Amino acid sequence: MAIEVLSPSAEEYLPLGLEEEKLCELLKKMLLCRRFEEKIEDLFLVEGLLYGPAHLYLGQEATGVGVIGALKEDDVILSHHRGHCHAIAKDIPLRRIMSELFGKRDGTCKGLSGSMHVAIDAGKGALYSSAIVGSNVPIGVGCAFALKHGENRLATSFFGDGAVTTGAFAEGLNMAAFLKVPLLLVCENNQYAMSFKTSRTISNSIAERALAYGIQTYSVDGNDVLAVYKATRCASDYIKDKKLPAFIEARSYRLKGHGVYDPAEYKPKGEAEEWNEKDPITLYKNRMLNEGIILNSFINELEEQVKAGIEDSIDYAQKSQVLSFEELCNLMGGR
Amino acid sequence: MKRLSYAEAIREALMEEMRRDPRVFLLGEDIGTYGGSQKVTRGLIDEFGSERVIDSPISENAIVGMGMGAAMGGLRPVVEIMYMDFLPIAAEQILNHVAQAFFVSGGQVEVPLLIRTQYSMGRVHGPQHSQFFPSWFINIPGLWVIAPSGPRDAKGLTKAAIRCNRPVLSIECARLYHKVKEEIPEEDYEIPFGTADIKRRGRDVTIIAISRTVHEALNAASELEENHGIDVEIVDPRSLKPLDVKTILSSVKKTGRVIITSDEYRTGSVTSEMSSLICENAFKDLKSSPVRLTSPDMHVPFSESLEEAYMIGTDDIVDAAQRIMEADQI
Repeated sequence: MAIEVLSPSAEEYLPLGLEEEKLCELLKKMLLCRRFEEKIEDLFLVEGLLYGPAHLYLGQEATGVGVIGALKEDDVILSHHRGHCHAIAKDIPLRRIMSELFGKRDGTCKGLSGSMHVAIDAGKGALYSSAIVGSNVPIGVGCAFALKHGENRLATSFFGDGAVTTGAFAEGLNMAAFLKVPLLLVCENNQYAMSFKTSRTISNSIAERALAYGIQTYSVDGNDVLAVYKATRCASDYIKDKKLPAFIEARSYRLKGHGVYDPAEYKPKGEAEEWNEKDPITLYKNRMLNEGIILNSFINELEEQVKAGIEDSIDYAQKSQVLSFEELCNLMGGR
Repeated sequence: MKRLSYAEAIREALMEEMRRDPRVFLLGEDIGTYGGSQKVTRGLIDEFGSERVIDSPISENAIVGMGMGAAMGGLRPVVEIMYMDFLPIAAEQILNHVAQAFFVSGGQVEVPLLIRTQYSMGRVHGPQHSQFFPSWFINIPGLWVIAPSGPRDAKGLTKAAIRCNRPVLSIECARLYHKVKEEIPEEDYEIPFGTADIKRRGRDVTIIAISRTVHEALNAASELEENHGIDVEIVDPRSLKPLDVKTILSSVKKTGRVIITSDEYRTGSVTSEMSSLICENAFKDLKSSPVRLTSPDMHVPFSESLEEAYMIGTDDIVDAAQRIMEADQI
């Protein structure tokens, strides 16, 4: 067993099942995530309409969109505190996502849980989101176990590089391999565990750690949506064929601070700028333009559509009401 | 009726529920061929196979986390944490995920998970294999906590826990597993959560006893009646959360005197909570202040005679009942 490094070439689009429509959908989802979160940042910092913690996925969009884009609609995902993109990629309606951020009753979690749990929509297969780093690795093992004997579905646990140093990660990976569950483990390596560079806390590579548990492991450029897509397809084929878990390390970069409130002054000068050069959306857009798959006018249309959707969701969320305290207590029934 | 031990009664509950519902499965350390560290699951692997009676690696966080995920995914897991002392390794999963998922998801996600564990005080297992600290867990919203004292209750509560849609922590008592036997109904039965059982009726003093101390209280009751003319009523809450406040209060209002006993460290224990509830709700009916009989705020010693001295015994309860009868009106 060795780590498979994946980086597909243009000729591979069609064999991957990526027709034009799908290629455009990936672009649209990434763009939506990007503009959505830029707006979120604005709603926090400039307009002052949002409050509480919110962790942005800016710069990592290719990972979430690539993975979820390659999964089947009825595959289960488990998200985490940085989950806006998972929610969008899993087709949770923008109005419900935004309402959750506003703490309103029409939110995915009725406004009870906020940004860190926004990607919970059981009907869409987004079963749970953990705000505790690492915990959804063992939980994913259980979800996958429940799927083991049913139709050929899999569960996916998303987590960051920060999760790799937790006990839950170690126990969870071992348990996944031991129980032979159809679990896809996706490490969204954005290089930072809050303020601390993960390369300083991990002596080997993340992929090597996964491999050490005897789990099939793929290493991929997390800023290349097609590479992520391909890795996910390979991994899910492997999981369904071998009835074993698989692991993807997607290497990317968190362009902003840990949370929306964090100016990330600890980052070395020029680092973010350097990664801006490898921006996943710009790279993908240019590739599509260069290969004549899309025209500039299409991008302009997309931008308009995305903007309108976001404006609509804000409007909707602002009009939505907050659950009354009595309704909350009734909903919980003494729990 | 049939006569079963506490361990046999729990095994029978698991077996019957596994036969009834194919979604029920067990996960825990050494629960398969070895039969569990206390032999509670002995033989179950022979009937249900290793896919439903799963021996787990030593990974308490992942045992409970996996149970949580499987429960969300539509199964009915029963996970076992070998000793309660090991439960804090999984406490993060319990506090933040198992107990919270229903709330966090705005009511979308149910976690029908039973977590079984046991405490081994009185088995000369030393400070890290003897502890009983249910108050950590009754403090958590969204989690029910049961602590049965006998086979009949253990079977009925275990069944109720497997069938209900909420997460439940069952804290069994290893000292009782093979020592205590009781008549059990042949037919299927459940014991509903939040119903205390009056183990003995009496008029002078209410003794609220939990798990092992119920048996000490029963012994004390005979002695108190025979030698001291004191007639005690013993209330076993059985489920610590939800708590049958009504039964507790009506007993205390009747007797006006209450002793609360449990194998816990004293500070912030379940006994503290009960004492507080009684003072809040039955203050005027009390003839004397509530008396708590607990372990001291000190770890559990290994040496047999030291552990014996450490634990609440029949004599402690007899003494406390005599004192409370002599105490002045408050």
